[in-house]
Amino acid sequence: MLILERRPAPSRFLQLATPVLALIATMIAGGILFAFLGKNPVEAIRVIFFDPLFDSYSRSEILVKAAPLVLIATGLAMGFRAGIWNIGAEGQFIIGALTGGAVGLAFYGTDGVWLLPLMALAGALGGCAWAMIPAILKIRFNANEILVSLMLVYVATLLLSAMVSGPLRDPDGFNFPESRQFHDSATLPILMAGTRVHMGILVALGVVVAAYVILARHLLGFQIRLYGQAPRAARFAGVRDHILIATCLGISGALAGLAGLFEAAGPVGQLVPALPAGYGFTAIIVAFLGRLNPLGILLAGLVMALTYIGGETAQFSLQIPAAAISVFQGMLLFFLLAVDVLSTYRLRWQGRRAA
Amino acid sequence: MTVERLTQPVLITLALVALAVFALISGLDPVLLGASIIIAAQPLLLAAIGEMVVEKSGVLNLGVEGMMIIGAIAGFAFAVESGSPWVGFLGAALAGAALALVFGVLTQVLLSNQVATGLALTLFGLGLAALIGQPYSGLKPPAFGSLDIPGLSDLPVVGPLFLSHDAVVYFALGLVIAVWLFLGRSRPGMILRAVGENHAAAHALGYNVIAIRLAAIAFGGACAGLGGAYLSLVRVPQWNEGMTAGAGWIALAIVVFGAWKPWRVMLGAYLFGGVTILQLNLQAANLTPLWLLAFGLFLFAIWRTLTSRAGPIELLLLWLGTIALGTWSAAYPISIQAQYLSMTPYLVTIIVLVVMSADRLRANQNAPASLGQVFHKSG
Repeated sequence: MLILERRPAPSRFLQLATPVLALIATMIAGGILFAFLGKNPVEAIRVIFFDPLFDSYSRSEILVKAAPLVLIATGLAMGFRAGIWNIGAEGQFIIGALTGGAVGLAFYGTDGVWLLPLMALAGALGGCAWAMIPAILKIRFNANEILVSLMLVYVATLLLSAMVSGPLRDPDGFNFPESRQFHDSATLPILMAGTRVHMGILVALGVVVAAYVILARHLLGFQIRLYGQAPRAARFAGVRDHILIATCLGISGALAGLAGLFEAAGPVGQLVPALPAGYGFTAIIVAFLGRLNPLGILLAGLVMALTYIGGETAQFSLQIPAAAISVFQGMLLFFLLAVDVLSTYRLRWQGRRAA
Repeated sequence: MTVERLTQPVLITLALVALAVFALISGLDPVLLGASIIIAAQPLLLAAIGEMVVEKSGVLNLGVEGMMIIGAIAGFAFAVESGSPWVGFLGAALAGAALALVFGVLTQVLLSNQVATGLALTLFGLGLAALIGQPYSGLKPPAFGSLDIPGLSDLPVVGPLFLSHDAVVYFALGLVIAVWLFLGRSRPGMILRAVGENHAAAHALGYNVIAIRLAAIAFGGACAGLGGAYLSLVRVPQWNEGMTAGAGWIALAIVVFGAWKPWRVMLGAYLFGGVTILQLNLQAANLTPLWLLAFGLFLFAIWRTLTSRAGPIELLLLWLGTIALGTWSAAYPISIQAQYLSMTPYLVTIIVLVVMSADRLRANQNAPASLGQVFHKSG
């Protein structure tokens, strides 16, 4: 029978190849799904994965979608590497948009180049503070950070809805539950005329580089990797786990909050209840697809953004339901986890006799 | 242990008294309120008791939310297509188990990380349910009647509270008893617990760790599927995208709250059912934050009086404060936004997690030792 045998060391080649394998497997399974829905599978895959690459506006939109995914996933990856599971990035995204957006609204009509940095700072701090709730509860009371951070997503969603229909509601908005449109000084500058490519994309790139340097060269990165692989050994080696937990959750919360503010002050332009679009959850897939490595995450974020943009096109050109794209993204993570076994174990054929 | 024995009945009595008082004050029928809490608790109870068995076998399946939503849509679709809610529940259990087995194969055979795979299950399940559910939004499912016992169900108070529910309520109660007997009193249950405590030792004794875990995972999936179907067929009853709204995650927290003991898991499910119903009624009753504060102080006063840990002066101050705050809140009705009340189930979950986890020794006493660890024969 076929058995799995542990490799002496994980295969470097396969670690890089498995995301590609998973992507191909997802395309095949996705094609079957589309055929099942009565669509031409080859055409559907072409529309989702290839057409956006040959259209300049779609290419710019890929960057717009990828920025929040990459920002959030980079932060999450740091925690995931250390075995600290922040899965409430969606909530930190919302709170970041809320606190940063509130600053923008407080200075409504005020001009100045200082306003956007101030909003970004408020957004990052808001997200960071929201992530410190699970961090403190884990450190002080040993409460599971997965469940706490996830519960806070629902709380944040409700808080956003309460705020835009209460204190932050547009006074001239006929009671619609949404804030004012941010004025020019509070809106992210556009980098390329005619597109929605905004300043946040450059920030995301900078964060990726910084995260790569921290993980590969800085002591913090070493401690994160050590704690993730052997928590007990890490403690003996002088890693203070409480500080590490707070740091990992704080960084990922701050980056998610920043992404939230960029979304509100960039493509959306105001605070609305529909602001959270699931980026916080999709970013989990991006983090794994990028092998928890900032450079990999950059690529993975672009691929995932591609499926969003292609999926939107497929919605009106082929009438493929929007939910099919999230099924697609879920499948991608499944296939990735499934083929991942090959990088740490090898398949071997063995006779029936011994185990 | 003695403290726990003393406080638990007191807490339950307290909760029931508070419930009755609340119902009378806001002009609701306490019996109807109780019956609706029982309905609200069922999805959580089913999902949590299934997940408890899974965790007892040493597997942490974070995909409960995904299995529940798949159960919700599968149950709805099967019931609508066949015209029978029974077929719906059966379909939901099968769908939940099938999805759980995807998780099982990935984590047990392909040795993937359980946390990541559970998350994948939830993301995938939410997407797939939305995809399947598109043609079903706005439809009404076939009615699922209650099992009335002639004569007895018409009794005042007891009848509507205990004797006129649908079959699933009784089934869930039976399931709790069965799981309690299975885990605590039977040999296969002991083997399952052994696998969860130390998979290497269980493997050395000749038990098939992977097969046992796969069976537990499938059982947990079927239970979560049933819980989801109860939401879409009885509790709501309708299909809405994302209708589980975190119920699967709350079920995971209930397992922690229940310290992996069936009866306490059931207590937890009813507690959360109560919180859900109460906040809905509070929204309808348009209560003010001050009123809530007064109510909280009132509960605290009862608690201090009953446990007789406070001196007479403190008690006097407490009760006077309660009356003063109550009068004040009645005099100045300032309403609270509905969204803040909707947060309560999630906030209560966090508080419960904190309280249960704070005492590390007690929290870990009953937790399976191999929970979440990958098993491979090479060790």
